Amino acid sequence: MSEQTNLLTRQQIAARAAQDMEDGWLVNLGIGMPTMIPAFIPSSRDVMFHSENGLIGMGPPPAEGEADQDLISAGKELVTMVSGGAYVHHTDSFAIARGGRLDCAVLGAFQVAVNGDLCNWRLPNQTSGSVGGAMDIAAGSKRVFVMMTHTARDGAAKIVAERTYPLTAMKVVTKIFTDMAVISVTPDGFVLDEVAPGLTADDVQAVTDAPLNMDAVGTIAVAA
Amino acid sequence: MRNKKSETLEDAVGRIHDGATVLIGGFADPGTPEILVDGLRDLDRRDLTIVINNPGMRDSGVARLIEDGCVSKLICSFQWPKESEGFMERHNAGQIELEIVPQGTLAERMRTAGAGLGGFLTPTAVGTTLSDGKETLIVDGTEYVLEKPLRGDFALIKAFRADPRGNLIYRKTARNFNPIMAMASDCTIVEVQEDIAPNELDPEVIVTPGVFVDSYYVTGWYEIGNPRSAGRPKH
Repeated sequence: MSEQTNLLTRQQIAARAAQDMEDGWLVNLGIGMPTMIPAFIPSSRDVMFHSENGLIGMGPPPAEGEADQDLISAGKELVTMVSGGAYVHHTDSFAIARGGRLDCAVLGAFQVAVNGDLCNWRLPNQTSGSVGGAMDIAAGSKRVFVMMTHTARDGAAKIVAERTYPLTAMKVVTKIFTDMAVISVTPDGFVLDEVAPGLTADDVQAVTDAPLNMDAVGTIAVAA
Repeated sequence: MRNKKSETLEDAVGRIHDGATVLIGGFADPGTPEILVDGLRDLDRRDLTIVINNPGMRDSGVARLIEDGCVSKLICSFQWPKESEGFMERHNAGQIELEIVPQGTLAERMRTAGAGLGGFLTPTAVGTTLSDGKETLIVDGTEYVLEKPLRGDFALIKAFRADPRGNLIYRKTARNFNPIMAMASDCTIVEVQEDIAPNELDPEVIVTPGVFVDSYYVTGWYEIGNPRSAGRPKH
């Protein structure tokens, strides 16, 4: 495998995922890395963010002195509301999720299987996990994008032929953005769309526990 | 006209009894009725079943209810060990039963109870350990889990403003579970920042009509996480 220094930073993964957020979409962002995406959406694109605690039109963190203690994200960060947003209660918020009104959810993951199975709520050795809204959002969103490091800290593959972790939702993941690659999940298996600059398709395959289709592999565009 | 205002905290929460199922509003801090929960803790009731999205940020009221041994069962979606240490210790020691419910299912189970329905079918949690032991049905080719209603003996919720009939509006993301829980209990008790005169709330913007509310207690503004700041100037 190539040098570790060829791995994308968290910001670079977020910037790449942001490119796939289409004009007019309503998007839910999971806690952690996905919350970095909005900063990279071009201002010419109208993308709204849904936060499952009842916010349609979540904006960036408040300016100094403008925080409101009643306005937070599902990740419990103080946020703002964009123009044209709305507040809803919890059953409406989850009707938006299960009812197919989310164009996309971008979530973290422990494992993604080739059939699109998502595992992100509980480790196998935990007796109880903290599920929150993950299962509802993953089950209901039109598309589920996963944003994560390509491998676990111990080097284990997270993109696998069959999941071994507790399931969050069956057959939902459509695309994966990692520090090494962009991979589509298709009925014919994983398709390696792009690799990080300085990495080869074989580098990515070597740390992926399922075959990757490498017929047309591009390079992730990274800002200088 | 009946006025639903409770003049004292004891009046508001005193009827909550040992063994009651109590729905408590809020998502993280916003919308959590911290003063009502403190009032409940002072009653020192036992064997309560608490339904709340996340059980206790830091040493918030619900965390203290748990630490004081008032709670025998918790139904929630997000008991994150980092912020719910006291709960996790008691749960691991076998002192508190835990039922984990996906957040959207938790909300809908209460809405269903409030709406007089016998349950609902959700695609959430199909094939996961959280649907273990539950009936599943296939409708038009899609598999669903049958979820049953969840009703409380009491609901403790927080709103922004109430009028004498108990009509409520909320503030921003402090709305969250509160309107749902108001529907889903036999007795809904509200803490409100302000009470206002009849007809001052525009009927077009009322979120919870007073029919779902039994009583309310006026706290004034307070800093979240610091209910003792109630009644002091805002800044």
